[in-house]
Amino acid sequence: MPDAILSMTGLDAHYGDFQALYGVDMHVDAGEVLAIIGANGAGKTTLMRSITGLLKNGPGQISHDGADIGGLRADEIALRGIAMVPEGRQLFPSLSVKENLMIGAQVGRKGPWDLDAVYKLFPILDERKDQQSTSLSGGQQQMVAIGRALMSNPDLILFDEISLGLAPVIIKDIYRALPGIIGEGMSAIIVEQDITKALSVSSRVYCLQEGRVSLEGGSDQISREEISRAYFGIE
Amino acid sequence: MDWLNAIVQGTLLGGLYALFAAGLSLIFGVMRLVNIAHGDLIVLAAYLGLTVTTATGIHPLLALAIVVPVMAAIGYVLQRSLLNQTLGDDLLPPLLVTFGLSVIIQNALLEGYTADPQKLSAGGLETASFALGGLTLGVLPVLTFAIAIAVIWGLQWTFYQTALGRAFRAVSDNQDIAQLMGLNRRHIFGLAMALALAVTAVAGILLGIRTSFDPSIGGGRLIFGFEAVIIGGLGNLWGTLIGGVILGVAQTIGAQIDPGWQILAGHIAFLIILAVRPNGLFPRISA
Ligand SMILES: Nc1ncnc2c1ncn2[C@@H]1O[C@H](COP(=O)(O)OP(=O)(O)O)[C@@H](O)[C@H]1O
Ligand SMILES: [Mg+2]
Repeated sequence: MPDAILSMTGLDAHYGDFQALYGVDMHVDAGEVLAIIGANGAGKTTLMRSITGLLKNGPGQISHDGADIGGLRADEIALRGIAMVPEGRQLFPSLSVKENLMIGAQVGRKGPWDLDAVYKLFPILDERKDQQSTSLSGGQQQMVAIGRALMSNPDLILFDEISLGLAPVIIKDIYRALPGIIGEGMSAIIVEQDITKALSVSSRVYCLQEGRVSLEGGSDQISREEISRAYFGIE
Repeated sequence: MDWLNAIVQGTLLGGLYALFAAGLSLIFGVMRLVNIAHGDLIVLAAYLGLTVTTATGIHPLLALAIVVPVMAAIGYVLQRSLLNQTLGDDLLPPLLVTFGLSVIIQNALLEGYTADPQKLSAGGLETASFALGGLTLGVLPVLTFAIAIAVIWGLQWTFYQTALGRAFRAVSDNQDIAQLMGLNRRHIFGLAMALALAVTAVAGILLGIRTSFDPSIGGGRLIFGFEAVIIGGLGNLWGTLIGGVILGVAQTIGAQIDPGWQILAGHIAFLIILAVRPNGLFPRISA
């Protein structure tokens, strides 16, 4: 795949003696939105942590723009242009909203995203910029987490459980903002519990089951039966 | 007038204790590291000041221009080469390693400088004084207190107004996510230790001008620093200054009652505050 921006070959992941990913093969093409679905505990977050370098993985298992990034630290991978909106937001509680956004820019990559662009995308954050990040509602915190990731001007952005724990109207807002976020030549990986949503925003989808890829295909070609089989492992 | 005098002198003494404590507070705040060698690093700074002043003949306060960057460099290298490896979920390894470091520094100072008490001579600054409303204030204690306020203000400003301070707070909040923002925590920790030892350098020089020192006195300075930090509340630098002042005032009032009670009175004040407010007077995160 010549224009894969990210590819994983035989990716394993471990927590101590426990193996959470088994030989995952996966790729993300430049400019595409990839969805990853799977039951709780399937290994989706583990996959995100491996890509971003928070979990160690072996040499040759992950490559970005053709270079092996398996041995790099998380901050070095961030510098290469991979950003994450982590599960559960995970804002910095001692930092104001504006400071949370500014710390994303510390990576120092050039691009369209700066404070003004984020405030234009989520105007409420401009009003709340001096508040502690933990004083915001869940949806607003998710906006900060998205803005913080965008501030590093990544070429690949990972969303882990983008709508988990948010009110339906907020989820709608965030999905409405998504094309504007991913539009400008960025690639994205979206981990989402809501399969319909996941399929509607993505071009391809992978299903994980107990640490293995159980299904892979075009988002508009995969059938519901295939998905439930891949999801739960029911024959 | 004696009592007022005791309170004023104790307040000024508190400035020195706050300088002992600020580095401890900063290190604990950023990386949850309890540095048992902190007092010995203060004494090391005093000895570095001694070497610089005797080698060049310059005033000890001018020697700060050399001792501060040297201590900062020592801090960065120490953190990156040794202390970073001890950090993790367990608080015990850094305690043990810094305890070992404390022993090593004391023995190295004994080898290099002998056990003889030393003093930094500041050309009369030690004894200079002026009268103010019936009280006699030493120039050095007043200067020390002013420096303490300036240092704490500077640390506070660094923490809350600069990109470095933002990085300190982010790493302290969540190391993993900070790493995702391109911050290498090992480097950030190195910078925090450099800043802490730069403050330690100031404390060490002022200590060396004020009293005589020998390689064994680090432990006592560590205790005063700890007590000031805990009284003020962990993670609050202005609280640390107030903690230092409370400790200093308790000591001078104790000494006013009976000269033998000076140190004991400080410890008692510390224990009382710990009993009444286990999180200190001004904890950053109220429990
Ligand atoms: N820190 C951890 N230590 C040990 N096991 C973990 C840890 N985090 C996740 N796991 C295990 O790894 C597996 C995959 O978890 P995770 O990647 O979080 O799944 P998902 O995000 O798909 O719900 C689960 O069995 C989970 O219990
Ligand atoms: Mg998860």
